[in-house]
Amino acid sequence: MLPPFDLSQPQSLADALQALAGNGDTRPLAGATNLVPDLRGKRETCRDFVSLEALDELRYIKRDGDRVTLGARTTIADILDDRGIKTDAPALYAAAEIFAGSMVRTAATIGGNICCGSPSADTVPALLTIDAEVTLSSAGGERTVSLDKFYTDYKKSVMRSDELLTSVSWNVPSQNSANLFYKLARRKGDAITVTGIAVMITAGDGVCSCARIALGSVAPTVFRASAAEDLLTGKALDEGIIEQAARAAADQCAPIDDIRASADYRLQTAFSLTRRLLTQAWRQVS
Amino acid sequence: MSKEKIVTVTVNGSTVKFVTPAHHTLLEALRHEGFVEIKCGCEKGDCGACAVLLDGEPVDSCLTLAWHADGCEVTTIKGIGQPGNADPLQKAFIETGAAQCGYCTPGMIIAARSLLKDNPDPSLTDIKRGLSGNLCRCTGYTRIFEAVQLAAKELRAEGEAA
Repeated sequence: MLPPFDLSQPQSLADALQALAGNGDTRPLAGATNLVPDLRGKRETCRDFVSLEALDELRYIKRDGDRVTLGARTTIADILDDRGIKTDAPALYAAAEIFAGSMVRTAATIGGNICCGSPSADTVPALLTIDAEVTLSSAGGERTVSLDKFYTDYKKSVMRSDELLTSVSWNVPSQNSANLFYKLARRKGDAITVTGIAVMITAGDGVCSCARIALGSVAPTVFRASAAEDLLTGKALDEGIIEQAARAAADQCAPIDDIRASADYRLQTAFSLTRRLLTQAWRQVS
Repeated sequence: MSKEKIVTVTVNGSTVKFVTPAHHTLLEALRHEGFVEIKCGCEKGDCGACAVLLDGEPVDSCLTLAWHADGCEVTTIKGIGQPGNADPLQKAFIETGAAQCGYCTPGMIIAARSLLKDNPDPSLTDIKRGLSGNLCRCTGYTRIFEAVQLAAKELRAEGEAA
């Protein structure tokens, strides 16, 4: 049994933004695949929700030249059904494939996965490697924020309580790039991530022209291992430099012990998975 | 707080109306209305025992708010097939011995139905992904995968014959 709560069901985005503008105690509810278990488990204290269920205007996958935009209500199943995402965001597609179970993928939305702010959110490392930007809308207007600047702390972000994340967008990766994802968990599906990683390596003239490494479940938020990225940029990668970068990535982690794994194990796997994915990515592009 | 609302859903072809507050799930509401073939398992979207088709898409009814199902069509395991008029999936589950305690079976068949609708010739990997939100603590899954493969074969043969 869930605790009693209020739920308004606006039929348009404008009405939803009005409902959120009213007071700071109202929160949006989309697929509810995290919210319902959190309400049941008494981890969620909000008792006034705005349902996004009817907002089909936020459920779309658009392409404009090299720019891909997903409406926030696009479900994980929609991402898998759109075969274009496999090439437009290979790591995101890979993350969607192992996202929870099939029924959860039908309901869970990309906007919800981003906004829950969980360090174990499966889609976020992938989105960080493609320099994704999110649009935050409110009754007063909208602004675009780089996803890299979105999270401020564990389950905290720059999004105000009157704002709604309405879309996420990115540029299609260039031809000579490799974008990989790996989720370490107790099982391949239907499990919460122990260590999650996505990398993007772009090559040109025999060197790594651009590197992106994002790690999940090993710090209060998903984050980009920027020191490691800097080490790789402009260099022809080899075993030594990849090892150095993996060490730098692990140094940036701040993991905790929990029921799924120890902090030590997370550190060790952050190192070895970074090394593994960088090696695979470089092999693909060089 | 917690107003009540009349929700109308079509369950297996019949119209069902009930009054329910915002915090009741589709699972709770439909079981209360007597649709106890929908099983209550983990209540957090892990096990899939409560799966139903909502407008043809598989969902965990324990995660679906009853208000969100207003005006929708719900298919439960009884809407898939009944004794005497069983679905090829149900027959295949019986034939291969894919059910032991049977508690996960309604959800397994709902998820498998959805998989076979989109993919009539699934690989073993496709089946594993299609059933990735359904847990079975008895069988070790092998016979469940065999049942889905068998049903897929039957359905393809039916399709060719038609």
